[in-house]
Amino acid sequence: MTLDDAPAGPGEPALVVDHLVRRYGSVTAVDDLSFSVPRGSVLALLGPNGAGKSTTIDACVGFARPDSGTIRVLGADPWRDGARVRPRIGVMPQSGGAQASARTREMLRLLAQCSADPIDPDWLLDVLGLTAAARTPVRRLSGGQVQRLTLAMALVGRPEVLFLDEPTAGMDPQVRRLVWNLVRAVRADGVAVVLTTHLMDEAEQLADRVLIIDHGRAVADGTPHELTTSEQTTLRFTARPGMDLTMLRTALPDGFAISETSGGRYLVEGDIAPATIATVTSFCAQVGVLPSDLSVGRRTLDEVYLELTGREVRG
Amino acid sequence: MSRTDAVPSGASARPVPGTTAGSGPFLPGTFRPAPRPAAAWRRALALAGLELRITLRNGEQLLLALVIPVAGLIGMTVSSIVDLPEPRVDAVVPGILSLAVLSTAFTSQAIVTGFDRRYGVLRRLAAAGVGRGQLVAGKVLAVLAVLAGQIVVLGVIAAFLGWDPHGNPLWAVLLVLLGAAALVGLALLVGGLLRAEAVLAVANVVWLVLVGVGGVIVPLDRGPEWFQTVGSLTPVGALSDGLREVLQHGHAPSWTHLAVLAGWIVIGWAGTVRWFRWL
Repeated sequence: MTLDDAPAGPGEPALVVDHLVRRYGSVTAVDDLSFSVPRGSVLALLGPNGAGKSTTIDACVGFARPDSGTIRVLGADPWRDGARVRPRIGVMPQSGGAQASARTREMLRLLAQCSADPIDPDWLLDVLGLTAAARTPVRRLSGGQVQRLTLAMALVGRPEVLFLDEPTAGMDPQVRRLVWNLVRAVRADGVAVVLTTHLMDEAEQLADRVLIIDHGRAVADGTPHELTTSEQTTLRFTARPGMDLTMLRTALPDGFAISETSGGRYLVEGDIAPATIATVTSFCAQVGVLPSDLSVGRRTLDEVYLELTGREVRG
Repeated sequence: MSRTDAVPSGASARPVPGTTAGSGPFLPGTFRPAPRPAAAWRRALALAGLELRITLRNGEQLLLALVIPVAGLIGMTVSSIVDLPEPRVDAVVPGILSLAVLSTAFTSQAIVTGFDRRYGVLRRLAAAGVGRGQLVAGKVLAVLAVLAGQIVVLGVIAAFLGWDPHGNPLWAVLLVLLGAAALVGLALLVGGLLRAEAVLAVANVVWLVLVGVGGVIVPLDRGPEWFQTVGSLTPVGALSDGLREVLQHGHAPSWTHLAVLAGWIVIGWAGTVRWFRWL
């Protein structure tokens, strides 16, 4: 497919990222990432801190130049043609970007004045529960209030594509639910939404498509349902910590993965059949331990994520 | 229940309480994409408006822009701490006007720009499609508005003190505009290059130094020769000496002063274009 400078037609995806690479010095922040986001859909970029999520958004907004690969936002190159792209998109950066001395309403009105036909800023403040804080200087807002103001600033210009970088960080559960409803409404009205998160439930609740990235690379891509089902099912059990699993590995046919996820909790992944359970219990009998909490089930997105991105804690 | 359910819909009928399925408590079409950027001049005006409101609310900035120049004007006119020719007010006003330009166009603007960068304000605005030209135009408009206010207030107080301006006022306007252009360029260079804390330090130290050598308190021609040479090479020295030539002595400013200001305009703005970090 050639992507030249043709404007995106109604059927074209609003955002197309093709083999994006972005380096900072010797660090490859984004490594060969490809995805596309149709209008009226939500893509979640899911990954640990430092996985390359924000860099990807920076490149899509035209703030970072791709080292290779192409990006088309509404048919245009955001780096070369930022002046054409940026008035049509909404961005909620992690840094917020409100003037600390400005009042909440003042700041939102400034963004509204950048648009010829904005959403009524007072209505947005009302919906986001910021009316009482309308005259409060930004520097005295709570973290969650700043997040809501930042979201309002992203929405006020009626964007065609919305980039939300960790939209619900620092929000209490009620407000998070409100923001989720808002994202659903925005999506239903035909906006293409890209959001980054490290919250599984957020991705599961909102996304049409989840892209799990780690060290700048896509490690999984699919609908939340696809990522958690596949033929893979899981068998979990609890037993003595630190068992030698070699004998169990040889006893099970090829295609099974066995691991100790935390002390004494074991996970068998593969095409779990009644025979699998028999093999596991007979292994336990041979080594003289009594398994407990033995259960069979689908993987959670949490497990997919941890399996793909590893379990060690990162900065 | 979402929080919007509790929000009275007096201001707008768009949130519909009680619906939980699908798109939640918002009427379909509320967020239908329809971006229409405002005209560039409207954006620049909106930016200038917010910057102006923030300046007028900020005590430190008002101190710098108005209280110090007014105190200097009155203090130096009624006391005789500095040896000045009579009428004293005519010798004080050019220096005080230069001080007002220095404070607003350089020190305040450098600090505001440094902190705007620190808090991602420029990035935020750029993401909304505000271009560099619009950002700069907004800042220049805000500076000009503050300058106009300062000149009116200082002019009225000086008139009460018996100020009798000479010369062609258009020369004075030209000098103030050139001085402001040079100092805003330098402010953007400092504010756009250094970390916010460093900007704060540099902006204040440069202010002190230029007040000292820029003919603000002691006219350049009343100091030793080296003072005169060094001072008239600074933007504030060229501005204050030029204003003295016009307002105090009634003739046109010397070309060297205009050339020095033009040189600083080139340095400041070329440096800004080259090194300013917008994000």
